[in-house]
Amino acid sequence: MIVANRKSLEEILNMLKPYKKVLLLGCNECVTVCATGGEREVGVLASELKLSRSKDGQEIEIKEHTLERQCDHEYIDKVKEFVGDYEAILSMACGAGIQYVAEKYRTKPVLPVVNTTFLGVTIEQGVWSERCQGCGACILDQTGGVCPIARCAKSLLNGPCGGSSNGKCEVDKEIDCGWQLIVDRLKELGQLDRYEEIIPVKDWTTSRDGGPRKRIREDLKL
Amino acid sequence: MKTKSNIERILESGGFVVTSECGPPRGADPEVIRKKGNLLKGVVDAVNVTDNQTSVVRMSSLSACVILKEMGFDPILQMVCRDRNRIAIQSDILGAAALGINNILCLSGDHQKFGDHPKAKNVFDIDSIQLIQTVRGMREEGRFLGGEEVKGKPVLFIGAAENPFADPFEIRAMRLGKKAKAGVEFLQTQCIYNMARFEKWMEMVRERGLHEKVGILAGVTPFKSVGMARYMKNSVPGMDVPDELIERMKGVPKEKQPEEGIKICVETIQKLKEIPGVRGIHVMAIEWEEKVGEIAKAAGLLPRPVFNA
Repeated sequence: MIVANRKSLEEILNMLKPYKKVLLLGCNECVTVCATGGEREVGVLASELKLSRSKDGQEIEIKEHTLERQCDHEYIDKVKEFVGDYEAILSMACGAGIQYVAEKYRTKPVLPVVNTTFLGVTIEQGVWSERCQGCGACILDQTGGVCPIARCAKSLLNGPCGGSSNGKCEVDKEIDCGWQLIVDRLKELGQLDRYEEIIPVKDWTTSRDGGPRKRIREDLKL
Repeated sequence: MKTKSNIERILESGGFVVTSECGPPRGADPEVIRKKGNLLKGVVDAVNVTDNQTSVVRMSSLSACVILKEMGFDPILQMVCRDRNRIAIQSDILGAAALGINNILCLSGDHQKFGDHPKAKNVFDIDSIQLIQTVRGMREEGRFLGGEEVKGKPVLFIGAAENPFADPFEIRAMRLGKKAKAGVEFLQTQCIYNMARFEKWMEMVRERGLHEKVGILAGVTPFKSVGMARYMKNSVPGMDVPDELIERMKGVPKEKQPEEGIKICVETIQKLKEIPGVRGIHVMAIEWEEKVGEIAKAAGLLPRPVFNA
């Protein structure tokens, strides 16, 4: 899933300064799963904002609404009827959702209330961890199912560097060394000999470096 | 002889290599380099010039290499993959060769978190092993990574670093094997304090016959004080300092500690010289270049051979 973190109340209040009547939009997908921008979080944020603003004598009207998704036209269209009643939209979706809402309602300022961080997994209740950087050319078959691009702080394709110590990364003792994980998994698979293959220089054109990416499936187009 | 490198020349003739390093200043004053250079005259065969080490901005490695070259040294251009993509890297390789640099040391580079610009974006377009392949391809096949022809091949002797004290230990000799396969010709190790572990690593290296393919130079760094020894043990990633060395440093009065540090360093070199497959010593006297000559002399590494350029 896409994992995001909510911005601080202070930062949100700062963005909200010019407005008195706003639409707060949650999203029922990834940001709900990572407990950042779903219906529950929309409710919590709306209360916090109203409380803060009334304390400062700057009352604010907030309309709470959570969409099935903010990355599909058909759902964004559902607020069309009343979006005109508000001065601005606060989106709690990932960066994709925020931008798609902005594309749709071109005369409304759309404010991001979360920071979109990574593609990851749930480790345990309340803990998420990065797994993929969407480079567009997967090599997990060669690296024991552990991604060196996402999980090595230097994205080394032929790691580990000299800073790997007791399974941890030199950058932070809380971070596992991605290459230790790769070596461990290759051993479990009985494929440690694969470590000796040199992974060649990567073609980054499929990644962000090739420019904004688009995927077209002609067979699915209407 | 493939290059004009002193290191290659000595390795080819079966001699024992001595290298040291020179960290460029955090400013534009060339005198700092010349001063450090003067301290190393006649005591080393080649000098590493670090590339923004520990991710702290310094005078560029190539510029400092040229200053040392003018003084008669055979500099080793250190190049990290942290700050340049493949376009800039290959361009600097050509520039270095054009300016008469004979050696390159291919490194991944410390993470920017450790330096003075922790908010920087890192590059890591290619890694150290791919960098070795890049230099090799430009020199031997006369091809850029993109496949185009290099008009005027860069004749550089290719080096790398390896840390026998980093984890996972079991792949550390395999990793040198990958570097050898990529085309590395000489190797400088991380500072050696844990002799038992280094000997174990060398054993694994010899089992693979890698000591015959790559000139291995064993790295040493003298302690200036017990404080430095503790710092190396506790705060430098991938450093392995046994407790008995800390105890030994602690056991002498503060004013005698520099002397004791040098003594430990000299003893280490003497042991390293006896290990089969060790072809030289790399002395990293951090901001203590004036001691390199003394260490080399006490360890029986002098005089150094003289070559006509």
